Amino acid sequence: MIRFNQVHKRYPGGYQALKNVSFEIAAGEMVFLTGHSGAGKSTLLKLIAAIERPNLGSVLVNHQNVGVLKSRALPFLRRNLGIIFQDHKLLFDRNVFDNVLLPLQICGFDYRESHKRARAALDKVGLLKREKSNPIALSGGEQQRLCIARAIVNRPSILLADEPTGNLDAEYAQEIMAIFKSFHQVGVTLLISTHDESVLQNTDVRVLALRQGELQPALPFPTSGESAQA
Amino acid sequence: MRHALAQNVGVLRRMFASKLAGILNILVIGIALSLPAGMYVLLQNAQGLVAQLSGTPQISLFMSMDAKADDIDKLRRQLEQHPAIARVEFVSRAQALEQLKQSTGLADVIGGLNQNPLPDAFIVYPKPGAAQALDELRIELAKLPRVELAQLDSAWAYKLEALLKFGRMLVLILAILLSLALIAITFNTIRLQILTRRDEIEVAKLIGATNGFIRRPFLYFGATQGLLGGIMAWLIITISLLLLNHQLNALAQLYASQFALHPLSPGDSLTLLLFSMYLGWLGAWLSVARHLSQIEPR
Repeated sequence: MIRFNQVHKRYPGGYQALKNVSFEIAAGEMVFLTGHSGAGKSTLLKLIAAIERPNLGSVLVNHQNVGVLKSRALPFLRRNLGIIFQDHKLLFDRNVFDNVLLPLQICGFDYRESHKRARAALDKVGLLKREKSNPIALSGGEQQRLCIARAIVNRPSILLADEPTGNLDAEYAQEIMAIFKSFHQVGVTLLISTHDESVLQNTDVRVLALRQGELQPALPFPTSGESAQA
Repeated sequence: MRHALAQNVGVLRRMFASKLAGILNILVIGIALSLPAGMYVLLQNAQGLVAQLSGTPQISLFMSMDAKADDIDKLRRQLEQHPAIARVEFVSRAQALEQLKQSTGLADVIGGLNQNPLPDAFIVYPKPGAAQALDELRIELAKLPRVELAQLDSAWAYKLEALLKFGRMLVLILAILLSLALIAITFNTIRLQILTRRDEIEVAKLIGATNGFIRRPFLYFGATQGLLGGIMAWLIITISLLLLNHQLNALAQLYASQFALHPLSPGDSLTLLLFSMYLGWLGAWLSVARHLSQIEPR
């Protein structure tokens, strides 16, 4: 589903964010991406959504080399991805419901179908009662869940989450993880970045560990059984 | 379709959220457009007047008061055989007086006269030719026996026509300049809109919006603003003409005549509205093409 071949990413100015990164994520897998801040987690996710492009190597999403996609083709790649942003990127000039509606309007869904889907997505993250609120009135955890609702509303096959539990306390973080697991169960491919290793406790999932832009061969988490290396 | 409409209405509502700024913009566009369009209306009126008065050039030959009937007959034959003359029309003194009574507001004055002060006259329609040839013909006719005065009626009409041409050029230049101003106003408004809606554009790009999807509301906004500006210009012109006509009426009554400025014709009104709408759209398009590519998600 997602495949990196010897990907290098250097930002203008010379900062080397990723060095020779190779891995593969199969359809329906749930994978965590760990590392300290600055390790290259966000860059890696941006390469998948073609927000950034690799300097060397190739990034394949659904067998499509997204590093060389024409800008006209980008919207159609991104419609297939659900992205949960570190800074939420919610729009405060409209209510919760309209925030979730936006991806559906972009894809051209008709009125009834889009409203039905938006309600279902809000219900899924437990925000249906807040649909008329302005997102600014939501708590941090609720904003995060709204961001998730917006990411899943057009039922993407791949979900990318950048530090989804970043600033949340443990209880909220557990809620969010539970939501992700429910997506995993219905076959969505998930790639979730986190610097908070505590959320990985007691979970049995694959982990990709980044350190200074390089993928670590060994797993730092004893609780996890699988290898991080692809 | 209904959904797309509702969605665009929603977007436009958000864009017009700043009411005062929007109204001021529309007012500025309206005033900018009303200047050339208003001048155009005045020119149209002046042109109508000139066409009514001049038509084709003609030379009036006024006979001396002592001219007899056979003098007139002789002159008529002479004129009819002249190679440079297309047609001749005779206006007797009595006819001339009658016409004068009907066509101007001087009926009362003429009624008070105890004898007809007007001479017999020929109206000579020359064959089409240069203005100089007409003048030469006039001098030649003036020398004919029993002719008191030969007058080239169209000379002043030519001058007026030249003045009108000047006016039309002025309107054209003004229209071009103020159209550019309208485009600039829209360009800038849309630039500000794009800047204030930067987050939305960025998010929309991130979740798969095509450039067309992002561009569309801005184009609609530009066209709507242009159209509203056009309606404003139309109102300014129509109300101004109503006020002017009110005053003109009072003036015309003093001369016992009727005169009123015609408003914009339906066709011209439609042209004005479509044109302003198109200019708004164009300004928006230029602005979007220039600024949207600068916003790329990071």
